[in-house]
Amino acid sequence: MKKQGLLNFSASALAVICGLVFGLVILLCTNPAQALPGLGIILKGGFADGMSGFGYMLYIATPIIMTGLSVGFAFRTGLFNIGASGQFTMGAFVAVYIGINWTWLPPQIHWIVALLGAAVGGAVWGLVPGILKAFRNVNEVISCIMMNYIGMYLVNHMIQSLIYDPLRSQTQPVSAGANIPKAGLDQLFSSNNLNIGILIAVVFVVLIYILIEKTTFGFELKACGMNRNASKYAGISVKKSLAMSMVIAGALAGIGGALMYLAGSGKYMQVLDVLSPEGFNGISVALLGLSNPIGILFAGIFIGYITVGGNNLQLLNFGPEIIDIIIAAIIYCGAFSLLFKHLIGKLIKRTKKEEESV
Amino acid sequence: MNTLYFLAQQTMFFAIPLLIVALGGMYTERSGVINIALEGIMVMGAFVSIFFLNIFQGVLSGQVLLLLAVLVASLAGGLFSLLHAFASINLKADQTISGTALNMFAPAFAIFIARMVTGLQQIPFQDTFHIAKVPVLGSIPLIGPILFQNCYITTYLGIGIFIAAKIVINKTKFGLRLRACGEHPQAADTVGINVYKIRYAGVFISGVLAGIGGLVFVIPTSTNFNASVAGYGFLALAVLIFGQWRTGRIFVAAFFFGIMKTFASAYSGIPILKDMAIPNEVYKMIPYVATLIVLVFLSKNSQAPRAEGIPYDKGSR
Repeated sequence: MKKQGLLNFSASALAVICGLVFGLVILLCTNPAQALPGLGIILKGGFADGMSGFGYMLYIATPIIMTGLSVGFAFRTGLFNIGASGQFTMGAFVAVYIGINWTWLPPQIHWIVALLGAAVGGAVWGLVPGILKAFRNVNEVISCIMMNYIGMYLVNHMIQSLIYDPLRSQTQPVSAGANIPKAGLDQLFSSNNLNIGILIAVVFVVLIYILIEKTTFGFELKACGMNRNASKYAGISVKKSLAMSMVIAGALAGIGGALMYLAGSGKYMQVLDVLSPEGFNGISVALLGLSNPIGILFAGIFIGYITVGGNNLQLLNFGPEIIDIIIAAIIYCGAFSLLFKHLIGKLIKRTKKEEESV
Repeated sequence: MNTLYFLAQQTMFFAIPLLIVALGGMYTERSGVINIALEGIMVMGAFVSIFFLNIFQGVLSGQVLLLLAVLVASLAGGLFSLLHAFASINLKADQTISGTALNMFAPAFAIFIARMVTGLQQIPFQDTFHIAKVPVLGSIPLIGPILFQNCYITTYLGIGIFIAAKIVINKTKFGLRLRACGEHPQAADTVGINVYKIRYAGVFISGVLAGIGGLVFVIPTSTNFNASVAGYGFLALAVLIFGQWRTGRIFVAAFFFGIMKTFASAYSGIPILKDMAIPNEVYKMIPYVATLIVLVFLSKNSQAPRAEGIPYDKGSR
């Protein structure tokens, strides 16, 4: 089992290296003189600006760890949750709405209620495709795509009619108590954006890990993902499992939305006809993390890390899009993992044989 | 009556790209490979062909230039899709992996290159392709205004692709083999069909059509390209599933969605609807809600290709 993990890790590491080499090639093609310093900046990533860069990295990583968990969890239960974007948006809206309007709550629990509200918002948005899949056999990919758009337009409408600040064309600011506590992390990392959001994300990573790997309920969900008919035969309620998987996935993405917009970082929800990219980035994070909660945590931090590097790259007049190109290349190289594992496995065997013969 | 004609013309702009891309999706999925990269391939096709327009619009103009651009788009889309084919057929990887990678790569690449070359994110082009009225045909009552006025040549291209796609998949040897590979590749292999080759062909066709679809989507709706096709690739995926992987139904689904979308964007031109003071966003939601409701009633008997999404391994025969 441990060996399998090592194999997975080395395959992923190889994919990362391939992706970075590809990025270097692109840099070389566009501006040969600056290519190597450019790669240096990408590699330095979150460490370039000392603690504040590190804090910024964690800030970027937090929401995509949550959407990554959402997509990855659904993957493990045999569902493709392409609807994390809509769930994320719904969660964010509910959180911001509670943050603005429910000021009668004491500040110690205001943000917790907002987070819970976000979880419910996201869960409802996940529940619809889940129920449609379970009872009417509607393909979850298509219903999730539809729910993404419905959620986006609905939230746009609700923002405009309930919590809009027309002067700034964004939502009103949430009350101070609704912001996620900073607990000194902002001073530690001298970054205004950082709060215990990242710790909350880590808690969910652990919870989902325990749920998937250590509980009967999680085992049932996984079994349904692997073989629906066999699970039914074994007495598992497949319909309930499908619906529950999507509810949990939706709640995770919804909390991601809350963590992003309650961070007190000056980022507000706006009325745009664009699906929130965090949901789709979640797919990337889940794939990079091999749908394993711990892997997803590291994948999210990694993407945060090189995204900071990409922002710094503008100093050399490179577009920050190079980061998306590199991430895409890394994910693509993940497709080679079967091949990599095969090769690495062979290599290990050979060295062992040689050791034995010596 | 004029309103009706206007709506019909608008519907074409929405429905035709969906139709083309969904038909492409049909070819890859009926051969057994899921292609969620349609969005990315559309972006790539649109990017390369509009770059082409941007460069050559001083030399050429009108329909010749547009048809050349279609050719460029199809090539760009086809070649780009081969990356997906390689990962999911040769490497036997999970087909969402390369799909996601392509979706992420295309817009980033388009913006990156556009910025490097022109300094701007957008690529502008001149619309010299609009046809106010097709001679003779445009004067036919009823059909004339709907099909042959205020249109683009891409509309007829889309309908042509539809007819060709229908014939090829249902009536030709290649079509039969393609369907066999999507339903039961092992059986197809035992009678001597090269499953890998057929699946490559399926993915390549989807790339060609998605590339064209990207261009066809951008031309009537804008005069500059901003590395996005507004989620139409994902919508085409939805149309494909909505259309149950069958040409005729995909046609109906694409136009159903196109009509809904037209209402959503043009309702303010209809006096009765404008007076009702329903918020803008509600209209925008209608196409998606309607699709979801229709699906609830139609999905009980899904006709998805059996072997869809499962890499074919010769050894497991």
